Parts: sequence; C-alpha cells; structure tokens
Amino acid sequence: MAPVAALVALLDPGDLLVVNDAATLPASLQIEGEALELRLLQRLQDGAWDAALLGAGDWRTPTEKRPEPRAVGVGERLSLVGGLTARIDAKSQEHPRRVRLVFDQVDAALWRGLYAGGRAVQYAHLNAPLLLWDVQTAFPGRPWATEAPSAGHALSWELLLALRRKGVGVARLTHGCGLSSTGEPKLDRALPVGERYEIPEETVDAIARAHASCRRVIAVGTSVVRALESWAQRGERAGWTTLRIGSAHALQVVDGILSGVHQEGESHHALLQAFAPAWLLARATEAAERAGFFNHEYGDLTLLLPARERCVSASRPRGRARRSRCPAAA
Amino acid sequence: MDIAGKGVVITGASEGLGAALGHRLASAGAKVVLFARRGAPLEAVVEEIRRAGGQAWAVTGDIADKDAIYPLAATASELTGGVEVLVHNASTLGPTPLRLLLDSECEDLERVLQVNLVGPFRLSKALAAGMALRGRGLVLSVSSDAAVEAYPRWGAYGLSKAALDHLSRTFAAELADTGVRFLSVDPGEMDTAMHAAAMPEADRASLSRPAEVAEQIAAMLVQVDQLPSGSRVQAARFGARS
Repeated sequence: MAPVAALVALLDPGDLLVVNDAATLPASLQIEGEALELRLLQRLQDGAWDAALLGAGDWRTPTEKRPEPRAVGVGERLSLVGGLTARIDAKSQEHPRRVRLVFDQVDAALWRGLYAGGRAVQYAHLNAPLLLWDVQTAFPGRPWATEAPSAGHALSWELLLALRRKGVGVARLTHGCGLSSTGEPKLDRALPVGERYEIPEETVDAIARAHASCRRVIAVGTSVVRALESWAQRGERAGWTTLRIGSAHALQVVDGILSGVHQEGESHHALLQAFAPAWLLARATEAAERAGFFNHEYGDLTLLLPARERCVSASRPRGRARRSRCPAAA
Repeated sequence: MDIAGKGVVITGASEGLGAALGHRLASAGAKVVLFARRGAPLEAVVEEIRRAGGQAWAVTGDIADKDAIYPLAATASELTGGVEVLVHNASTLGPTPLRLLLDSECEDLERVLQVNLVGPFRLSKALAAGMALRGRGLVLSVSSDAAVEAYPRWGAYGLSKAALDHLSRTFAAELADTGVRFLSVDPGEMDTAMHAAAMPEADRASLSRPAEVAEQIAAMLVQVDQLPSGSRVQAARFGARS
C-alpha cells in the first residue's frame, strides 16, 4: 500500500509509462421532452455511433435500477437536448436497448451540439454529479472516451515530471474507452464494444527503445493495454479493436499495468489476469479491502509490475523491431 | 516553426488581430480553430478563410466561462488532430471610457481578470498538457505595453496583462524541458475597435493595421525556436510596417 507518488521509486530509468490521452466527452444525452437517455458507446468507423438507451432516472439511480426505456423504431428521428437531431439507423437484435445512431450534424456543428446538451456519464455511488472538468485526466486530447480513462486520473503533472526527471519515459496513445456498464446484464456482458485507438509513431519508437534496453512498458489503465496488444495482434497503429484480454492472453507489448482495483467478474478484472494469476489478484483485492481501499471508478489503484530484472523475449508486432533476448541479470 | 499542417487555436478571433492572425496562419497551411463570443462575425471570418482555400472552424463561447473551455479544447483537438499552437488573443478593457481604479467597480475588475487571465489559465491547462505529452507546442499570449507601464485609467486591463505575462513565465518555468514554449507578444498600438473604445481621440493613421501585426507574428513564429520560453517580445521586431 503506497501513495501513487511511490511510482517514482518503483520505476527505473528507461522504463516507459504509456498513458491514454483521450478526453472524455459528454456521452449522456437526453431526448427532448422525454424521460429517455441516450448513452454513446462509441463512434463507429463510418461516423455513425453505437449507443444504448436508458429509461427514466438521473445520476442518483443506479443504472440497473432504472426502468426499461421505451421501444424505438428503425428510422425514428430523435431531437436531443442541445439541438442535435439524429436517426435510429439500426437496432441490435440481441440487445434491444442498443442502437446505431446517425447524427444529422457533422464536424464543428456535431461537437457544438454534443457539448451543449450532453453530460458526463454519472456514477450513483458518488456524492454529487460529475461535471465535464471532473472526468478529464491531467492530459486530455481528442474527445474519444465515452467513459473516463479513470486510471489516468491519479497522475498529476508533478508526478509525470518527476518520472521524466528520473529518466522514466512517458508516452501517449489515444483509446476511446467505451461504457463499462449500462445496467442491462445481457448488454453489459457484451461490453466493451469495438473501441477506436491510435498509437503515435513516437510512442512506437519509445516502446522499441524500452524493449531494446530490457526496460518495462507499463500501461496506465486497461484501455492502454487493449490498444497496445491490439496493435501487436493486428500490426495496425490505428483502428477499432474488439480484442478481449484475459488470463489466456500472452502479452506481447505491455509488461505492467497501473489500473483500478477491479472486482471479479468485470472485464477489467479479467484483463488483469493477463498480468497476474486470479489467486494473487484475489489476495491483493482482499488486502486492499481490509485497508479501506475503494474498488470502483475513481477509486484506488493496483500496480502490477514484473520484477526489475525480468526481461521477456516475446514476438513483436509485425513490422516492428523485435525485442532481443536480454542478458541475464547480474 | 513551420506552421503548415499544425492545429492552431486563436481566441478573440471574430475581428481585429485574432481574425487577421486566423487568415494569415491558415494561408500558411495551419488548421485554425477560431473562438469568440459572437457567432455571426466569427462564422464570417471562417467562411472568408475557407473561400481563400484555408482550413478553419468556428467555436463560439465566452473565454470567461469555465464551461466553455473543454468544449473548445476537445473540439479543436478533434478537428485539427491535435493543437500545437494556442494564441490567447481575447481580451477586454472593462467599461469604457476607462476609469481610475478608485472609480472602478469591483465586479468590473473581476470580469477583466476572468477574460484576460483566468480564461487563458484554464485554456492553457486544457491544451498545454497535451503539448507537454507530445513534447512540442507553443502558447502565445497577446500582451500590451500596459503590462509593463502603469498608465492612469488602464489599471484593470494593465494589471490583467501583467498577470498574463507572469502566467506565461511561470508556465515556462514549470514546463521547462518539455518542448512546450510560452511567449508573450506585445502587438503595439493597433487600429482596432478596442483601441478606438479606449482612445477615441487617437489618430488612426498612426496605428498599425491588424493584418500588419499578424504578418509580424507569423514572421516571429518562423524563428520561434530561437526565442527563450517565458520571454516577452515586441511584434514589431519581426518585420517593418509597410
């Protein structure tokens, strides 16, 4: 148990911390004149949006306790608070709440409308509604995340600059974190949906340098793992990923992770099992709970880090320099 | 710095220096996002830039409004692919005719500070962090002679600009070695609506045109890598008036 500032002592010069710089957009939209909420799940490759409908209720009501939303029809037009208009382009057969949405507005007009009428996705366990300022990390970039990349919230610039002064690299990528929960169990089991990611060339180079010198690549948040391991599998620095990571996944790029204290059964917890066995995670979770740690969004963090002398030989993504087998630690 | 292809945000861009700088940087290939309170004149500037072949977008809002900051920062980041240059140009004099400090309302001073200082702080916080992660970027604050000279009746404006200069210097000190540069530029006296409101008796022929100052700032950007971060420069150093 340590404050997050202990990262400076725990990481070594040459290690690389990779953060998700996605800004969190106001993904909760209200239908004009109705007790019907539309939550954006993800922007799709063709510019349409994957979205979920929620019935009446506000941030104080856990999503699983909200009533079913009314049925919508394909082709139905929606007017949203803030001025946006949209058409239901398709409905999921498997998940009736899930729709494919096409906004009438594009570019600056679309973003103007989203920010005028949208609100940040809320959490009933908090004491007050979250404002847009509350859901941004200290390094927000493009607004791709519909739910905040919450692990990054713990990182201040005081810490990032201290890491850099020590020689720890700090690199970025952008990954559009989607919703982790809609309150509808069947749909929630299908989450996360396909998510957009982009890894800059400079981050690719930084990873290559870290691996070449047997240093560790540490992801800040599950979204960073998803993006980097998708790149490893697909060989594409940018795209949409549906990769689900669990205990059977052999990590190719990422060595360690700073993440929330997730609960068994969550997809994020399954991802952590790629880094540590379930029994170890369970023991860590028990210890964290005993110490009063908080295991929800905006809660406390888990750091899963390989030993300093660990140097794994692993296949690298296509077109990338392969990590050489490192000499044995002295 | 080669501005071509770079994402640029300019506040206070519906007229005067902000609009002129938008035109000038877009003509050099920058992707410019223009921000101002008044939508119609801002959209007109964007249309002019587009007709001339440039890339520009309008985002409306009040820089003093905290809730306007992330909509601007996120929209600009998305539309340009990443903001590398931020120009704090929006500013207000406060009520005119300008008043002595002892005759100024406390609320008027607060409003001037919100527009000229707090808004730029918030927007820098939202955009300079991304620049620091990328290891490159420029935050340029449009300052004034009144930031360093104490002129009677220019108190609210002058102290806000002095504070803006110091904000720039402090950011420069805190983010030294990150690749992000912070500069203040004194544009000199310009023939703008703001100048006319402050000094209606001034001889307009003696004032620089905003387009001329925009040209000087564009020339400054070409050699910006040689300017120490945190410094305050005169626009007139970078090209003679025509």
